[in-house]
Amino acid sequence: MSAQAHVLPAGFGAGATSGHAHAAALTEEPIDHGVAKRIVVAYGFWIFLISDIILFAALFATYAVLTNATAGGPSGRELFDLRIVAVETGCLLLSTVFCGIAGIGAQARHARLYYGAMAATFVLGATFVAIELHEFATMIGEGAGPSRSAFLSAFFALIGCHGMHVSAGLLWLLTMVAQVYAKGWRADILRRLLCFALFWHTLDIIWVALFSLVYLVGVAA
Amino acid sequence: MNENVPDQHGFPGDVAPGDEIQRHDIPQAIRGYLIGLGLATLLTCVSFYIARSTLVWEPSIPIALSVLAIAQMGVHLVFFLHITSGPDNVNNVMALAFGLLIVMLLVFGSLWIMTHLEHNVMPMERLMQMQR
Repeated sequence: MSAQAHVLPAGFGAGATSGHAHAAALTEEPIDHGVAKRIVVAYGFWIFLISDIILFAALFATYAVLTNATAGGPSGRELFDLRIVAVETGCLLLSTVFCGIAGIGAQARHARLYYGAMAATFVLGATFVAIELHEFATMIGEGAGPSRSAFLSAFFALIGCHGMHVSAGLLWLLTMVAQVYAKGWRADILRRLLCFALFWHTLDIIWVALFSLVYLVGVAA
Repeated sequence: MNENVPDQHGFPGDVAPGDEIQRHDIPQAIRGYLIGLGLATLLTCVSFYIARSTLVWEPSIPIALSVLAIAQMGVHLVFFLHITSGPDNVNNVMALAFGLLIVMLLVFGSLWIMTHLEHNVMPMERLMQMQR
């Protein structure tokens, strides 16, 4: 069993349910290929996340092509404030670490660690969204809204899509806290929590590409 | 059950949500994330520094920033998403590799085609002058 269960990553968690799989093989469980359900779920969700990364790549390609299409309007160098971007980056990086710590809390069935880390994740994520909304509002107020130029349309589509993902992730985070609170450490809820953690970490990876290649290159170039 | 799970992977700090761990292993599990945080912070600071300074030859700044971004994504993949090169990880790594192939085709293909288009098509201003 253990040899087969390790087809999928240690990180995605093989081994812990090997006892279950043994039990399932002995009873009349239909077809059990020796792979824990959690591993299959994580793999499926990983495929979805990769498709999400491809979606962002399409938006990013659009942005990269249109960077110079400012139609006489402001360019990135005039619009981007790196101090704001630095704060946003710090918020998201810390929130991703707290999300990982919340996962550890869940694995150890340590409720206080789980709730505390999830709260920190939420506050940092919400701060990120609030700062981004403020940045958007300032830009639109200065007449640099998405309708000003092709460059700004692409910018708002790309950064806005990421911001919407983070906002959706915040809602998901709240439902995960509520599910653990209401139903406890059930196996299916822990699997959802694993998917949420993967989602949140992936959003930070996408933000790394965005702050480096949109904001920093935009200001430097 | 499974008191020995963290040890199974050889590296107790490398445990993702889903594996059960004991309470006394919590500090060690958190340490993995803190190492990731340290590396990511370092790379982020270097990126922000390079973008503003004159230390790096100016035309190479976008390339330097891309390299730093890719390095930081690697740090996130290893320390936060726990994607490693181990034999356990083959399926996830293959899916990721295919995803990266598509991403590269999309981004560089678009840039390549559109730069050539810009080269070969008459600029909009001249086109408008001719229509007058």
